Amino acid sequence: MNAAPTDLQPTETLKPPAASVGVLGWLRTNLFSTWYNSLLTLAVIYLLWVSIPPFVRWAFVDSFWTASGKECLEADTGACWSIIPNNIRFIMFGFYPYAEQWRPGLAVVLLVGLLVFSQFRRNWKKSLLYYWLAGLVIMGILMKGGLGLAPVESTKWGGLPLTLLLSVFGLTAAYPLGIVLALGRQSRLPAIRSLCVVYIELIRGVPLISLLFMSSVVFPLFLPEGVTVNKILRAQVAIILFTAAYIAEVVRGGLQGMARGQYEAAESLGLNYYQTMRLIILPQALKIVIPPSVSILISAFKDTSLVVIIALYDLLKTTQAVLGNPEWMGFSAEAYIFIALVYFVCCYYLSSFSRKIERELDTGY
Amino acid sequence: MNPDAQTDFGNDAIEDPIIEITGMHKWFGEFHVLQDIDLKVGRQERIVICGPSGSGKSTLIRCINRLEEHQRGQIVVDGIELTNNIKNIEKIRAEVGMVFQHFNLFPHLTIIDNLTLGPIWVRKVPRKEAEDTAMHYLEKVRIAEQAQKFPGQLSGGQQQRVAIARSLCMAPKVMLFDEPTSALDPEMIKEVLDVMIDLAREGMTMLVVTHEMGFAKSVAHRVLFMDYGQIVEANNPEDFFNNPQHDRTKLFLSQIL
Repeated sequence: MNAAPTDLQPTETLKPPAASVGVLGWLRTNLFSTWYNSLLTLAVIYLLWVSIPPFVRWAFVDSFWTASGKECLEADTGACWSIIPNNIRFIMFGFYPYAEQWRPGLAVVLLVGLLVFSQFRRNWKKSLLYYWLAGLVIMGILMKGGLGLAPVESTKWGGLPLTLLLSVFGLTAAYPLGIVLALGRQSRLPAIRSLCVVYIELIRGVPLISLLFMSSVVFPLFLPEGVTVNKILRAQVAIILFTAAYIAEVVRGGLQGMARGQYEAAESLGLNYYQTMRLIILPQALKIVIPPSVSILISAFKDTSLVVIIALYDLLKTTQAVLGNPEWMGFSAEAYIFIALVYFVCCYYLSSFSRKIERELDTGY
Repeated sequence: MNPDAQTDFGNDAIEDPIIEITGMHKWFGEFHVLQDIDLKVGRQERIVICGPSGSGKSTLIRCINRLEEHQRGQIVVDGIELTNNIKNIEKIRAEVGMVFQHFNLFPHLTIIDNLTLGPIWVRKVPRKEAEDTAMHYLEKVRIAEQAQKFPGQLSGGQQQRVAIARSLCMAPKVMLFDEPTSALDPEMIKEVLDVMIDLAREGMTMLVVTHEMGFAKSVAHRVLFMDYGQIVEANNPEDFFNNPQHDRTKLFLSQIL
């Protein structure tokens, strides 16, 4: 092997042709390469010209940031952003007693803090679990009351805390359940397999709205007299059951993508089923399905807004309630743009987090 | 049984076998892939199994650690019979190492974690001790400096040597090799065969499915030739290569040598 000549070097490398670089080169190749491309470019520029400046004028130049609804109406020139600051506490916390709204506020801060803390891999230790348990207890006390805090009925919960509650716990509970369903669907035991198939197909076959209706209207009919289950909890369970079915199918795709050899290598070391799944198969399969799982989590997060139909006052419903106030009627564009931004920030955070995890878990195979 | 002159395939001479297969049959659906296999493997014996593709040689060794299930006959490994008893299967798998054609390393784990996984979870060895053992075997397969890398960063030959080390960490009584060099570039075959030769010198019991006839000549105690799911001929390497008895063996050897 060593007999081969070792002084063999690659020949000198060449620079790319000069005509394809620079701003003009870029413009020519990307925007004006052919006559119809040039036409399209000009049409797009014209569309932007007629739509962007008026929007900027409406949103920023002629807009009101502190005026009352009446003043906005009289001027009638631009956006009335003051609808947000003037109603922010109702939008954020709904019917939670006004004087106590620092409590849900603190709970949200705590939750977001925990989420941010958990996104760093170096914090993924056993202690993280204890932090979460402690955090959950504190958040529960803050929301419900106790330890000297005045009790607040869960029927008064609303706004951002409710949206976050439904989505964060919905998603964290749905994911493990989805994994169990996916494993069950692959089981060798026919009873377990068909149970999982029936569950997944049934749940996927109905819209979330109908599940929510069932949880709020149909389910209580079957309860004995005098027994009630918290409405938020019922909606939460419906969201978990619904999302889990979708997660299960995505995870199943990941499991089926695993090479047979991985199972065989694990088995031939003497690992049992549980160890094989936990140590070998799931870590790889779940990594493969990060992108589709995140899509499902994002859409599940947005779907929590469907709880408006069973009269839970989540972020969207509190905003709509503000729009029902005569003073602020007619400013729905501003309000919905704001809510869209809140949702966008959350969803964007989710998807950028997933990209980060994907990068970190990449081991080059 | 085979009515030919050679009926025992060298099995009768084996005393105290570590693997004993008697009258074993296996079907894939309707296809009778293994037909009436009788094989005894002695302790520290090295057997090379060769034959055309589809002859059932891989399936045979995969039955020994129950990656494939046999439907008739008996397989006893180190005194334990392979049945549907999952505890026995796991016990046998822990004692029988296997090296695959496509390495099958765990790509999400570093090399060292690939090696310590079995000892820690199956043998319940403390992590520190498992890592020491792992480093010992990595040095043995001449790849210790790669311990912290991931399998995807290694060449095929290196990966296969890691796979061998991974099996050795379980301190197996038998090693099965399923075409360990077939997926390798020619220049990497030697580094893997060298490791296997070292292993043979130390007295490891080995069953090797391979087309490397040079390896068979220098290492094997017995060479088995299989075709159509049967053991056609078995002999010591010298007689097997120089004086094959069966016409089918002669034809096979004339094609590959």
